[in-house]
Amino acid sequence: MAILEGKGVTKYFGGLAAVSNVDFHVDHGEVLGLIGPNGAGKTTLFGLISAAYIPKPGLIRFKGENITGLKPHHICRQGLARTFQSVKIFPNMPVINNVTLGVHFGTPERVPSAKATEEAARLLKFVGLSGMESIPARDLTLVNQKLVEVARALATKPEVLLLDEIMAGLNPTEIAQAMELVSKIRAQGITILMIEHVMKAIMSVCDRIMVLHHGEKIAEGTPQEIATSETVIKVYLGE
Amino acid sequence: MNKQTLTSKNFLIPGTILLVGLLILVTLPLYSSIYTMIFLSSIFMYIVLTMSWVMFSGPTGQISLATAAFFGVGIYVAAILGTIMPLLVVVLIGGLASAGMAVLVGSLTLRLKGIYFAIFTFGLLELMKNLLLWFEIKFTGTRGRFVVVADYNTVYFFMLAILALTLLTAYLIRRSKFGLALQGIGEQEEAAEHIGINVTLVKVFTFAISAFFIGAAGTIMATRWTYVDPYIAFNMNFSFTPVLMAIFGGIGPLFGPVLGAVIFAYLEEILITKFPYYYMLLFGVVMVVSVLYLPNGLVGLIQKWRVRTAGGEHGNS
Repeated sequence: MAILEGKGVTKYFGGLAAVSNVDFHVDHGEVLGLIGPNGAGKTTLFGLISAAYIPKPGLIRFKGENITGLKPHHICRQGLARTFQSVKIFPNMPVINNVTLGVHFGTPERVPSAKATEEAARLLKFVGLSGMESIPARDLTLVNQKLVEVARALATKPEVLLLDEIMAGLNPTEIAQAMELVSKIRAQGITILMIEHVMKAIMSVCDRIMVLHHGEKIAEGTPQEIATSETVIKVYLGE
Repeated sequence: MNKQTLTSKNFLIPGTILLVGLLILVTLPLYSSIYTMIFLSSIFMYIVLTMSWVMFSGPTGQISLATAAFFGVGIYVAAILGTIMPLLVVVLIGGLASAGMAVLVGSLTLRLKGIYFAIFTFGLLELMKNLLLWFEIKFTGTRGRFVVVADYNTVYFFMLAILALTLLTAYLIRRSKFGLALQGIGEQEEAAEHIGINVTLVKVFTFAISAFFIGAAGTIMATRWTYVDPYIAFNMNFSFTPVLMAIFGGIGPLFGPVLGAVIFAYLEEILITKFPYYYMLLFGVVMVVSVLYLPNGLVGLIQKWRVRTAGGEHGNS
């Protein structure tokens, strides 16, 4: 069953269609990869799902309910969290407070602050950042800042997690660790939609892949189908 | 993590100082001159204005120049309702009227970023002033109004109470998850929205709380002035002075704005009485020197000194 689906999702920036009439669906418990050349509209589609932008026209349904036009904080509280391609942490806060904020505000229930700190520490350990709780987030490496974002997103107890290029700029060892992290998140029953350029990672982690090009969906299928698809190869390598 | 010991240690010493200080301030009218009382009321007013400004603009980084507008609303509440209601009620209404205006203005304009918000809030002040001027001349025929006078002791105690409440509120906000959310909004608003923080609500609410104290301070101060008109009530100095005081004191820890307001107000008083002709010149020199050499205010200086004496032990915190 589709936990998240979009119908005819479109977004214009001025005269340019950044995302154009895209239909998509993410099934419960799967990992869906979103790929495409630079400027294909992947991050814009994430923005549309997480309500940073409103599709016009278009419709987005989450858990069967129409969520088009809701505010970002509503979307988050309903169980749809995201990370950002260009890292957006709270730079001057200690790492742990970045995550604690997610625990406090990401769900409708009230969490006592001792419990919130405990939960945040657990999540930091889960993403592999234990021992860095009290360091100001700005002093972390880019890789670790991305992990803070993942922990912060997980703190909001999402059912669907949107990961926007968490592996960009990572070395092979770190990519392997990030892939393991994605599998660990999935094992917790969280559905994942991820944008990624690292092909090796996306091919082995995803159940299904969707390809965007110039704002349009040009292909969708299993990693094998995508890897052998002529349209996709043409888009990436030229004629 | 020695958080427990840290907080209790942090509590004991300032707590005692605060208690003793409060005791001295409450019993002050018994043994001090009228001049001291009046002077202290002014200092309290400046602390309230500065602290309220910092409450909102400190964490969010959105510079509000609406302080004088909220202050003026409080003043006019005193002028209009002062004759028909008890003072306590008037002060409460003054605060609530300001807060109400902050909600209205805030929900319309808090999405403005950076300099646009500052300019809008400044424009609001001018708008209020000129609108009121037009109204008074057109409908009442006189520019000014008389305010029911309260004696200096009453003003002093009201001001002290407002000051205590302002500081307490600022402190509670700072250490609550609400304050953490406010800081998050200031540092990275988009991320704050996407982790479930209702950005507009948090901002408007804080803006309104800060306006409440500013308005209440305006109401009680008006009773000292006997006569007010739109130029007196909506004087732009009440917008800029708190900003300068906050910068002078330093915005980080809570005692920064307090320190800034106290020293600044004291300096102003000394200069204006001792050197009436060179007052503005000297004041300007002090400002320039403090901006050049104290980029983080007095608090920054103290922290630097602390780090040096502690051997850089807490250099990062």
